[in-house]
Amino acid sequence: MATEYFLRMGDGQKIFMTKEDIRADIEAGSADAADLGDIPALSENEMEHMLDIITSPGRIVGVEPGMEVPVTHDIGAIRIDGDQGNSGVGIPSSRLVGSMIHERAFGADTMELGHIDYSYKPVKPVISQECQTMESCQQNMIIPMLYGAMPNMGLYYTPDGPFENPGDLMKAFKISEAQDSISHAAEHGIRDMTWIMQKLQNVGCDGVNFDTIGAAGDGDMYASLHSIEALRKEFPGIYIEAGMAGELVLGMHGELEYDGTVLAGLWPHQQAPLVAKAGANIFGPVCNTNTSRTSAWNLGRSVTFTKAAVEASTIPCHADMGMGVGGIPMLETPPIDAVTRASKAMVEIAGVDGI
Amino acid sequence: MGMPISHIMASGMTGIRAAGDLVARMQFDKNMRIGEAKDFVAKKLGVSNADLSDEYVMRELREELDIGVITSVPGCAKGIAAKMNIEKLLGIDINCCDKFREITG
Repeated sequence: MATEYFLRMGDGQKIFMTKEDIRADIEAGSADAADLGDIPALSENEMEHMLDIITSPGRIVGVEPGMEVPVTHDIGAIRIDGDQGNSGVGIPSSRLVGSMIHERAFGADTMELGHIDYSYKPVKPVISQECQTMESCQQNMIIPMLYGAMPNMGLYYTPDGPFENPGDLMKAFKISEAQDSISHAAEHGIRDMTWIMQKLQNVGCDGVNFDTIGAAGDGDMYASLHSIEALRKEFPGIYIEAGMAGELVLGMHGELEYDGTVLAGLWPHQQAPLVAKAGANIFGPVCNTNTSRTSAWNLGRSVTFTKAAVEASTIPCHADMGMGVGGIPMLETPPIDAVTRASKAMVEIAGVDGI
Repeated sequence: MGMPISHIMASGMTGIRAAGDLVARMQFDKNMRIGEAKDFVAKKLGVSNADLSDEYVMRELREELDIGVITSVPGCAKGIAAKMNIEKLLGIDINCCDKFREITG
């Protein structure tokens, strides 16, 4: 009977497969990314390396000494005091305490402050509170401390915001009206994100993390890129990290452009140059996890997309590797065996500058 | 919680336990790719690239340079004081240090 190795499904469930089947899944995942993105698939050596990582006998694995990379963070201290919705563990503590725990107890390379709703729009009414907390964090912390939130343009549409929901308009075949609504929301998004970061930079913030860019489609990315551009112009030294929501920019509008490039349909290796052009310092490529596929298939696909982005980028790439992205299973307690294997593969095969 | 800690243990530079914060700062401040950022920081510290993730090397060195240490040592620079020393070490400006200087004249 052939030896079987344990690995995970995309939803985290433990499964057992032969080495040949795992290798076939790595190849299929990589081929899927290569086909979609019109990018090179992983080489034979790279797939063998990934196979070695996945079938490694230890419960956890790590990169070779000397290959370590900085790990940047999203969601901030909310994972300490937040609720399940943010994968928080509900320990009553201030955000300063949570941030210092990350710095002093967890060995975080960078940290960020985030609002409990973790979207830019709801920060506006409490901006003074955010500025005060950022000041306290900057006075007490040593590692780079960003402010992070999601552009989340969905909040600008009815019933949560002032503009008619483009999904509803499209269902009624009001396509141009839907496009207008997205454009109006984008203008408000640019204004809000830029205003919030102007306030925070003026109290000593290191910079900003645009987290899950494109979650609401191309309008979301349009707004983020223009806000990045405005912030870079006003604050030449601001640290800007731009992390995506998915591997593909959805064309909710379909015709929005940045620097002459249509945003709809861009893959990670095409997103990276635009993010750099806008003025970001670090790009966060994403590949979403398919819960119905194995971790071998997902990792093969994710590393292929990310490797192409790393090669196309002129700025450092920190692969997004939270729950459900970057080959990590999609559940709120991703198994340590799967996380460490994905982490090692992303550094050693995709060549990321950070995570 | 296990997810970020797993990444830090598997691939991270462990922040101020070693030199992860310094390498991250150069990535943000000068858009340096990982190799360039490590070369730059290692040269400034007078250590090898591999030493940047070595707690044994960095624990003593960080205290000697007074750029912030992971354990709470009375009298060592903390917070903005440590970052002001990091500014000098790396030859960069850190926003909160600039604000501190503006306020204190």
